[in-house]
This record gives sequence, structure tokens and C-alpha cells, in this order.
Amino acid sequence: MTTGTDQIKSALEAALSGVYPGTSTVTDLRQLSGGASQETWAFNLSTGEGLKELILRRAPGGVVAKRATAAPDHATEAAILKLAHKAGVSVPEVPCVLSDAHGIGPGYVMTRIEGETIARKILRDAEFANARKVLAFQCGEALARIHRIPRETLPPLNAVTPREQLAQYRETYDSYDYPHPVFEAAFKWLEQRLPEADELTLVHGDFRNGNLIVGPEGIRAVLDWELTHVGDPAEDLGWLCVNSWRFGETTKVAGGFGSVEHLLEGYRAGGGTGMTAERVRFWEIFGTLKWGIMCMTMYQAFAQGTDRSVERAAIGRRSSETEIDLVNILYDRPSPP
Amino acid sequence: MMDQPSAAELVTAVREFIEKHAIPQLSGRTAFHGRVAANALAIVARELEQGPAAEAAETASLRALLGQDGTPEALNRELCRRLRDGRIDPMDPALGRHLVATTLAKVAIDQPTYAGFVHSPHRTR
Repeated sequence: MTTGTDQIKSALEAALSGVYPGTSTVTDLRQLSGGASQETWAFNLSTGEGLKELILRRAPGGVVAKRATAAPDHATEAAILKLAHKAGVSVPEVPCVLSDAHGIGPGYVMTRIEGETIARKILRDAEFANARKVLAFQCGEALARIHRIPRETLPPLNAVTPREQLAQYRETYDSYDYPHPVFEAAFKWLEQRLPEADELTLVHGDFRNGNLIVGPEGIRAVLDWELTHVGDPAEDLGWLCVNSWRFGETTKVAGGFGSVEHLLEGYRAGGGTGMTAERVRFWEIFGTLKWGIMCMTMYQAFAQGTDRSVERAAIGRRSSETEIDLVNILYDRPSPP
Repeated sequence: MMDQPSAAELVTAVREFIEKHAIPQLSGRTAFHGRVAANALAIVARELEQGPAAEAAETASLRALLGQDGTPEALNRELCRRLRDGRIDPMDPALGRHLVATTLAKVAIDQPTYAGFVHSPHRTR
């Protein structure tokens, strides 16, 4: 059973009446996106303190989905946002976590932060020219603050060592039973270079261009914490450097806007220690392989009939983008004759 | 032998219809899917044109690398097995040359405008 907009409106009014005094009506409720894992809605709320611009994140259709075991629930995600805020990371505030009693499924309400999330605009528009100069540094700084959040203060989260994560992706890839020699080579290359079990920390899990709200001055908020877990902190820096998230700006390794050196400089400024370009490189290669396997997974939704959209079908043919990235990284260019 | 138009021409005709006539009538999510559909047909047209030569070259390269014969799928499965069980090292130079060549040919069909392909250091200019 899914829920209609009227039901969402009244549920939000009820849920938020206890948060903001003088709360009356929800207006301008509109769906921004309907991903397979999250629905995002924008709305305004009139309160005794004036108009509040807010965002609702909830399970698609308000139905408690069978989430991957690794995924944190909404209450956990909201708790992590609060911890990140306390640690000095720019994130939305979370005035309310929805419970079953609210009747529109699991989710939470967060404050709406103005700014740009479309990666290509951030990387090309004149408006963001100054932001591009500081983004790599700011990303490093934000990641160091996330990684320094004391583990004992975290809510229960899935903890994954690099070896375990590699095994999980190997299992997923194997389940599709379709040969990709480039992925096999990458798996082996990574297995041969698995990092020693360093201290595991909170990891954002999807820290990249597209999941950041950016203004002309730089990062305004870090979004999309639904893949957060405990793991090797270098995972976040490497994922940011995956070529797919450079959106054509291939020479600017960090997010399409900066250099790894600048990213590491920001990481040290944020109090991060022990991070090296080599560790970032390992996770850039791992991240590239992961995105290639995720493309296979999305195609599987088409092949198995759960989503027969042309988009899910066509994305299978984007695995090869990650294969060219992998061979560009792993194999030297032939020396001139 | 089939009559004209060729399969490639038919696919191109449908892609042009989607791009020139259908997409302007669409909006939002449907317009996005219209563009994805047109791109998918462009992949099909390139595969019809380049696929046979690319697969022949890949098969010849696999035979040389593995020292055995078979279908492209069987040979690729064998290459995957040897990589997995360590009989071929991922940094083996002959393997590297094979993977570079086959991947370039594959992406030229799938995503020829992808930056990682356009700017690949392995492309001869």
C-alpha cells in the first residue's frame, strides 16, 4: 500500500506540531526524486517562528522495503547526521524522525539548504569558479571530521573490512555469471594489495560530486548518508576520485574539481592522520570496480523484470566505462617505437 | 539476403524519429527515458557496424593468449578462470595488451563519448 500526498501532508503536520510551536499547515509539497531506495519531497511549513523550508526523506511509497542488511535504517541515518553536525560537518538539521505512528512509513524530516547538487553545473558554471578552487580541500576537511567521530558514540552500524567488502562485491559479480576479464584482473590486483586492517572508522559511503550541496563559496551540505557504515576511511577519499564522478574533468582527480594533494591537505587540516595518495589510489580502483558491478546490478533489475525501464536496460552497457577507466589506471601506455 | 533497408538503417531511422519528433513532445522523466532510448539505439547501430570485426579481433587475441580455441564467451570464461586461479597474473604484459585492445573496441561501441575513452592514454591518435 502506498500513501497519497494528502496523507503525507497531514502526517507531516502532526509530526512537526511537537517540534515547532504554532505549526499549522504544510504547503507546496512536491516530490523531488523517487529513487529505488529513497523518496525525497520538498515542502514548506508555517510555524510560530515563520515559514520553514523542509525536506522529507522516506522509504519509496512509504513501504518498509527489504533493505540490504548493510543499510542503516532512517533513525540511524538521522542519528549520524546529528553526530556529523556536532563534529563540524555541514549537514542538514533533522527536526524529526518519523515513526510507525505517523502512518507514512519510515523516514525523517530535514532542513532544506539552498544550493546546487548537479555535478556538471558545479564543475562548469562560472558561478562556481571560486568554489572549484576550494572544494577538494573542503572535501578532505569534511571527511577527516567524519572519520574522527569517536566510534563508541556511533549507533550500531555494519562494520566491513576492506577484505570483507571485496568479498561481497566478488559474490555479487559471481552471482551474475557473466565474464568480465577486466573485473577479474581488478579483483586480483586488489586482493594482492589489500591494506592491513587499520583502525576502522565511520565512513560516509557515497561521498562524491552529486551528493554535495554547493554554493559559490563551496560546500554547504553533505547529503545521502544511506550507505554509511564503519570501514577503512580511505574508502571515502578514493570513491570521490572515481573517474565517473569527475563528469568529464578527467585531469582533476578529486571529484573533477581538484587534486589529490589538495584533498589530502584538507584532510590533514581537518585533523585526519595517516592518509596517503597510495591508499586513496587503492580505493579509487576499488571504487571504479564497484561502480562497474553496480551497473551490472542495475541491469539485473531489468533482466529479472523488477524494473523494465529502458534506463535500467541501457545502464548495463555503462559497465564498460569503468573497464576503460580500470585499464587506463592498471596498464601502462605502450612505449613509442 | 534481406531487402533494403539494412538493420542498421532501420535502427537509425527509429533513433532519428525519437530524437527529432518524439522527444520534443515529451517532458520530465519520460523525456529523459526518450534520450536514453535514442542512445540505446545508437549503441545498437554501432554494434551492427563495428561488432563483427571487434569480436573477430577479440577472439583471435583470446586464442593467442590462451593457446586454445572456442567461442568468444567460452574463451572469455576461460580467461576469467585463469585470472581467478592465478595462472595469469593481472599485471602480465600480454594480458594488459589484450584487455586494453578489447576494452577500447567495446567502449567505442558502448560509450564513445565517455571521457575515459576519449582521453584514454592507450588510444593512438
